[in-house]
Amino acid sequence: MKPMNIYLSGVGGQGIGLLTEILSRACLAAGHTVHGCDTHGLAQRGGTVVSHLRLGEAFHTPRVPAKKADLVIGLERLEALRAADLMLAPGKAVVYYDTMYQPIHVRMGRQPYPKNDVLKRVAKEKGARVERVFVDDLPDPRMQNVALLGRIAALGLIEGVSTQVVEDALREVIPEKALDSNLAVFWASGRAA
Amino acid sequence: MSTLNDALTRPEAWSGMLMGNHALARAMLEAGAQVMTTYPGSPTPEIAAALDAVPKDARRYYFEYSTNEKVALEVAAGASMNGHLSTVFFKSVGLNVASDSMIQLPLMGLEGGMVVVLGDDPGANSSQNEQDNRHFCRMSYMPMFEPATPAEAYEMYIEAARLAREQRTAVIVRMTTHVCHAKQVLNFGPLPAREPDWTPRFDPANGPYIPIAKTVHPLKRRALERLEAFAEKSDASRFNVILSPNGSAPLNGKRLGVISVAIPAYALLENLTQTEHSIDILKVGLSYPLPRNKIAKFLTDHDEVIIIEELDRVMETEIKAIAWEEGARCRIMSRTTLDELQGELDPNRTNDLLARHWPDLFEPEPQGSAGDQQLDVPPRLPQMCPGCGHRSAFHAIKAAIDEATITVGDIGCHSLGNQPPYDMGQMIYSMGASSGLAAGLSIGNDARKIIAFLGDSTMFHAGLPGLLSAMLYDHDFTLVLLENGTTAMTGHQPRPGSGEIGEKINLVAMFETFGVKLIKDVDSYAQAKLTAAIKEALDHKGFSVVIARHPCMLKFVRDQKKKIPGFKMPQVEIDQETCDRAMVCVEKFGCPSFTAHEDGSVSVHTDLCIGDGSCLPTCPVNAIGRPKPGAKK
Ligand SMILES: Cc1ncc(C[n+]2csc(CCOP(=O)(O)OP(=O)(O)O)c2C)c(N)n1
Repeated sequence: MKPMNIYLSGVGGQGIGLLTEILSRACLAAGHTVHGCDTHGLAQRGGTVVSHLRLGEAFHTPRVPAKKADLVIGLERLEALRAADLMLAPGKAVVYYDTMYQPIHVRMGRQPYPKNDVLKRVAKEKGARVERVFVDDLPDPRMQNVALLGRIAALGLIEGVSTQVVEDALREVIPEKALDSNLAVFWASGRAA
Repeated sequence: MSTLNDALTRPEAWSGMLMGNHALARAMLEAGAQVMTTYPGSPTPEIAAALDAVPKDARRYYFEYSTNEKVALEVAAGASMNGHLSTVFFKSVGLNVASDSMIQLPLMGLEGGMVVVLGDDPGANSSQNEQDNRHFCRMSYMPMFEPATPAEAYEMYIEAARLAREQRTAVIVRMTTHVCHAKQVLNFGPLPAREPDWTPRFDPANGPYIPIAKTVHPLKRRALERLEAFAEKSDASRFNVILSPNGSAPLNGKRLGVISVAIPAYALLENLTQTEHSIDILKVGLSYPLPRNKIAKFLTDHDEVIIIEELDRVMETEIKAIAWEEGARCRIMSRTTLDELQGELDPNRTNDLLARHWPDLFEPEPQGSAGDQQLDVPPRLPQMCPGCGHRSAFHAIKAAIDEATITVGDIGCHSLGNQPPYDMGQMIYSMGASSGLAAGLSIGNDARKIIAFLGDSTMFHAGLPGLLSAMLYDHDFTLVLLENGTTAMTGHQPRPGSGEIGEKINLVAMFETFGVKLIKDVDSYAQAKLTAAIKEALDHKGFSVVIARHPCMLKFVRDQKKKIPGFKMPQVEIDQETCDRAMVCVEKFGCPSFTAHEDGSVSVHTDLCIGDGSCLPTCPVNAIGRPKPGAKK
């Protein structure tokens, strides 16, 4: 299997830890050797949080080096942009959920929130593909992550990580009572691919 | 879904994906450690979370959150003197607090053996510095292991525990942030079948335990003798190995090697596997004492060697001494620029080091490989959560002070007060330092008022001596105790006196008993009351205390959700007709739940608002309100 560097970025509180957990289980099930790590350390919500997943036997360290990501997964628009700028290797892909959390500098009017076309521009400069994910009327904002997973699986962006493999991982991790509603979002987002 | 409890208590051998910290907790149980202690701090709190995830009646070990790192270390040392294998763990700067007792450890007979797990933080990911605690094992004569991966952390802990028990001493396992938090699939062994033996074995004959003039030298000699025994073990250790991913052969007529340790050693391995260069890596794992003979031979076997370690030039200095003493003719190179001596090393950075020394063989990484942001986009720093009582406190206090007031911060979630829009807490030092600093700032100063902030966990950790001293000398400042009932920043560990461990401590009564003359106790959401209390305290000549209290709302909501499924408080709404766009809620109060729109209007972000209502008193025109019962959204 081809080695792959995956970099995830979002806002503290969005549930990036669970997203990475599900994705790493799926990668393991698909037969990858997985190294990874998550941001830990501050209980507060609201700062940038990142996770790294490195697939392949040639990797022995947990963090994706800058400009070496094959896939950037953004849980929020500005964080997708920041991650694409910092981490994305040329010719690769960004998948992001189209939601906006304003950082304090934006709320105070010190700096504008970047417009949508900035990400497109950065991606174009890098020859990267951009995939926007958005699902209307989500029952719970934490399902944004499941929507991302649905799209990533449907597009086959990670070798061996098929819709079935991710669905199995979801069934392992999501509590029984929330499973059906999550799976509905997962499939819907996959169908929109 | 498998839980942490399962991961720790499965009796049989198994394999699965765990982070380094959780793997360490499992290693403790496999090694038969009986007493574990800590004070929370990143990067190690997940070790505690794992140990604490096992229900109390199912534990075959004792675990406690002590009041600070020094106490935690002493509790573990006492247990070990009684014959029980013990382990203390804390973050890098925790060692500064613990060091008065830590330095004595190797002088003592620790019958049960003891492991000290240090969580160093190269890169200062979540610490006030990136101090390199490898210096400390040299100062205290304690052996040290340095794992590079969760798998190594697990294996090295078990080896450290075995040696500590065998040598009746303490051994350090030095973790770094991204070993603590890295995840991989690990193969675990079984848990010991026998029940723990709690027989108290303390015996003064195992000492001496009293280091006074005459006994200090024999004790020190014993520590040095143990260290010599470890030097032999280091040479024989399977953790000190040569890796040759592309075989060993001269390159352009020269034999090339790298000596490295921890994560940088594997970053180098990644660099080498992307080439065909036959360069050897001596990867050091039992790093103190260094494997002297292995190093001497490596230096003799190679014509050029680069030493690559993270942070200070600790190993390098000793390796150069070995080279000189052994007359090795090898050319030794290292990190020398100020940039190279700071921060974490990843494959991009180790590649650049290789490229600097061997430009014929390696190309430097392209621009931007250091991961610096190039786009001009707004930063997103951590911020106080929606509903945080600290935000309410800062907002109310800001209304009570003038420009000249000096505000002294401390360490905790409230450290974030120094960020916009509050800009309060103009210095942050070390845990509990604010009272001492404020006392010093008040001396000879009648012109400027002073406020010192302090968190409640921090007060019990290291804040009490400073505030007592300030009270006794009646230094002229106001101490604001930001009381949220928990150790919030590190993940809601219980704080002394909250009632979670032992009895509740009545803080007002405590300050009264100390003899503080002016004490105010106000809920931080009561803005006007808190502003008035601060004004009164600042007008008081001498030491005063204001307790600004409100429970940590992140913890509160989580606890409620566990108790009441679907728990939700009604979110606030903005009446767009009443709103006069003064922007206080967005720009001055600064709750993240408000979104500012380009047309000047403000809305409530429904993903974020927790319905706390702390914003209600901050709107000058009362445009923020709760939805009316029965009204449709
Ligand atoms: C010596 C030392 N030990 C541990 C830490 C990690 N740490 C950072 S903040 C904090 C405690 C904060 O708790 P509290 O004082 O109650 O403030 P809160 O975060 O709840 O506002 C700790 C333990 C540290 N920075 N220094």
